[in-house]
Amino acid sequence: MCTLEKRGDLFLLTLTGDDEHRFHPDTISSVLSLLEQAKSQSTRGSVLITTAHGKFFSNGFDLAWAQAAGSQTGAVNRMHQMVESFKPVIAALIDLPMPTIAALNGHAAASGLMFALSHDYVFMRNDRGVLYMSEVDLGLPLPDYFAAMFAAKIGTSIAKRELLLSGKKIKGEEAVALGIVDSAAHDSVEGVVEATVSLGESLAAKKWNGEVYASIRKSLYPGLCTMLSLTAKIAASP
Amino acid sequence: MCTLEKRGQLFLLKLTGDGEHRLNPTLLDSITSAITQIRSDPSSSQSVLITTSDGKFFSNGYDLALAESNPSLRPVMDSKLRSLVADLISLPMPTIAAVTGHASAAGFVLAMSHDYVLMRGDRGFLYMSELDIELVIPPWFAAMIRMKIGSPAARRDVMLTAEKVTAERGLEMGIVDSSYGSAAETVEGAVKLGEELVRRGVDGHVYGGMREALLKQVLHTIGSNESVSNRMRNSGSKL
Repeated sequence: MCTLEKRGDLFLLTLTGDDEHRFHPDTISSVLSLLEQAKSQSTRGSVLITTAHGKFFSNGFDLAWAQAAGSQTGAVNRMHQMVESFKPVIAALIDLPMPTIAALNGHAAASGLMFALSHDYVFMRNDRGVLYMSEVDLGLPLPDYFAAMFAAKIGTSIAKRELLLSGKKIKGEEAVALGIVDSAAHDSVEGVVEATVSLGESLAAKKWNGEVYASIRKSLYPGLCTMLSLTAKIAASP
Repeated sequence: MCTLEKRGQLFLLKLTGDGEHRLNPTLLDSITSAITQIRSDPSSSQSVLITTSDGKFFSNGYDLALAESNPSLRPVMDSKLRSLVADLISLPMPTIAAVTGHASAAGFVLAMSHDYVLMRGDRGFLYMSELDIELVIPPWFAAMIRMKIGSPAARRDVMLTAEKVTAERGLEMGIVDSSYGSAAETVEGAVKLGEELVRRGVDGHVYGGMREALLKQVLHTIGSNESVSNRMRNSGSKL
């Protein structure tokens, strides 16, 4: 389902298997526990890189599991359960005391894209994979903390509209042009992972204090932090 | 500490001496009293402020050594800079920072508190140093950065990688309006821009009111602290 590996300073979180890596209560809880593990083992210079196997980074929540509830009410409840239990995963990433990098091997949709955007840096492939907020096409409302993430991380009205209202499937080059991802320079998974490892190592070399790093990250996104019930630990400077 | 000169309708505020122009209580008081002097000038609403400095530094931030030796001065420096920035935000005239040297942390914020940032391209950088020196960034600094830097990636680069932003990068990020070959040329550029703004004949009070409206969110974050001086609460559009 998912693994956490340590390579020197780098923590590598991988969503394993060739499936769509849909977020389901079990996967959500596994990812959360691995993030907690990374946090508890973090030291100066730690960096997290998140990636996945196969064609998908993540295709969002497990809608089939929601439907399998057997009734309209049951499906709605299961959706609600996933939305609520996913919030701590996002909060854990925003609170993580180390730089975070998402290495997108493939498609990132809905909560899968949300997961990617929760990282400080997002790299994707040039040749394959799209970013897609499917909610508008599926007739699903956007959770408030999702909207807060987009407001925080995506700079232009046009980019926000393309993603959220147009339901556009955005490829690498356009994602860079819209300022959604940091890089789409590589034509293979290996290329993307290598580039993120290289960035990770250069960030690790700074030996930053993880608590300070997380605090500064939170002060970058105050609106999002409010939604996630994260308070920045602030001491007045100087 | 700092000098104030008037050249026609231009006020030239200069942080003097070859030091780091650390924003300690004395320097902050000195700059604040220069701003007070500017406000009380009868022709202030048809004027322009240019802030610059001598030497290698615009300002290297708060006086951290002083804060180490006397921790009770930390909130004092914070409070004085908040007041000063609120003062600059409500100032009834366009403001130009002619950045002729390094501007770090609180010094970077001071530069950004001006409407225009002109910078030398040959040397020097803007630097939110906090991450590198293990200090958190105050929410009101972050609010200024969110206001003045448009792209989320650029904000992240400034705050979360502690990038040393050269004039060229500053132009890309939209923090810097124009860059020049040397310190002298930067000041010259500021004077030229200042004269152009004076020629436009904008009513300073209207201008100041508009700036406050634009920077409302920043003012709000600055003011969320009871130790901010009354000057901020009393400032406001003259309309």
